[in-house]
Amino acid sequence: MSCWQTLQDYAFRSLGYGERLLPRNDFTLCEQFVLIGSGMIWNVYFGVLAVITGFFFANLLAVAKLSGNRWARKPAEWFIFIFRGSPLFIQFFFAYFLFLNLKSVSPIFDPFSAAWLGALIVLFLNTAAYSGEIFHGALLSIPRGDMEAADAYGFSGWKKFRKITWPTMMRLAWPAYTNEAIFLFHATTLVYFSGFPAWRQQGDALYYARYFADKTFNPFIPYPILAFYFILLTLVIIKVFGLVNTYLNRHLPQANRRKIRLRPNLIR
Amino acid sequence: MGFYVSFGTVLLLLAVTAPVSLSFGFFGAMAARARFAPLSWLGKGYIAIVRGVPDIAFFLFFVIALDQGIEYLLHSVRCPDWTDPIRQGSDFVVCDSAKMPLNSSPQWIHEVYGFSLAVLTFAIVFGAFAGNVLFGAMNSVPRGQIETAEAYGMTHRQAFWRILVPQMWIYALPGLSNLWMVLIKATPLLFLLGVEDIVYWARELGASKTARFTDYPHGDWRMWYFLALLIFYLAFTKVSEVVLERITKKLSHGQATVGGEAQRKAA
Repeated sequence: MSCWQTLQDYAFRSLGYGERLLPRNDFTLCEQFVLIGSGMIWNVYFGVLAVITGFFFANLLAVAKLSGNRWARKPAEWFIFIFRGSPLFIQFFFAYFLFLNLKSVSPIFDPFSAAWLGALIVLFLNTAAYSGEIFHGALLSIPRGDMEAADAYGFSGWKKFRKITWPTMMRLAWPAYTNEAIFLFHATTLVYFSGFPAWRQQGDALYYARYFADKTFNPFIPYPILAFYFILLTLVIIKVFGLVNTYLNRHLPQANRRKIRLRPNLIR
Repeated sequence: MGFYVSFGTVLLLLAVTAPVSLSFGFFGAMAARARFAPLSWLGKGYIAIVRGVPDIAFFLFFVIALDQGIEYLLHSVRCPDWTDPIRQGSDFVVCDSAKMPLNSSPQWIHEVYGFSLAVLTFAIVFGAFAGNVLFGAMNSVPRGQIETAEAYGMTHRQAFWRILVPQMWIYALPGLSNLWMVLIKATPLLFLLGVEDIVYWARELGASKTARFTDYPHGDWRMWYFLALLIFYLAFTKVSEVVLERITKKLSHGQATVGGEAQRKAA
């Protein structure tokens, strides 16, 4: 079987298109590359949607945590503490079984126990908590002079927040937020490891990598392939976030721009 | 019963891994600082490679790789006259006396072996992280301190052990405490490494029980078991936060940092 044929059969296997049976023996390098790459579709799906939706919620959380009103502050503090203080792995398990129980209450909850929605919600809440903390820290470290200048120009209320506070916060938070996004993409590999089952063997990249490692007893091929894909993905993320970073700092002289320093992290 | 013991397993893992990975990190950082170039490349390479690879893939990879590595070494030592290739298609075959642990050994040896593989894996990964933190900390001790030491006629080695190492901890502490939090949250991954930890037991005990198999029939309780785990981890994180704050206070005493300065003024 040629590599082109394999590509046609398995390129969208993780979405349920193409050949139904996974390869069973005589695994070629091509098969491993294509299938693990096919699994990456799910990693990208989870990562992109969670980052985008989480971003908005994180802004809300950061502002709430700083607010003087304790009815806004306390829930935000607890939310951030709970999601940052416990392992994502356990959160996945808990959410899965919670959704399973809810399923018997009402059929509305049926899709929640499937990975595509249930795991996405957990990732969304989790990244919102982590980025909320980052944004909160950035809000605290806005230079006082900026705020005073805003007051002097007669900015107040929403306009001050929208024009001065928020852009400055973004600028300060962006390098840390980039790392958080990379970290989140790495965390998407946990989805099919926890409770969420891979329906009809449509799993993510790690799911297929482990499938190959289990079948061949040889971890030295699938995991480096996985690592290769993730390094590629990480580079793309750095590129995209770097573009946003240049946009955020477009008013600064070239030399003063803050470079994003990559700080990969482990397990959340 | 196993459920409660498994909490002990997690705590034991933390207690063993923390010092081991700290020493891995210390040696890594020492190697990275070395003036002998190949040694410094080795240290820097170790730190860079482990940090660059995505999370759990590393755990999955290392356990099998270590296991096979050990078996391969034993195989070459104990069975030199074995002629068949070790990788036969998709099988990994070594002679019986090279199996780790031996097929004949009792159950607890298998468990201990699995556990120590897990500890080693954790230590290698977190050692790299700790190495990075310590390397940074060693570099942030004010240069003047080392120069003073040299002015007093200390050798390179003496300056390292007597001046640099005692002072670097306060710089390393924020990174190390962060690492400790990450380590706590990494423990459920033991489950992936085949150790019967709390996640394993929560799944086992929580699953539906019928009157046929046990004296205590109940429905699907896994949700509550995992809620308990969630609370356990939250409490543990909180306690660690408080303890680490105390250590920070203690270590900043008399240091030329903002924290130390604040303490001096308050006194």
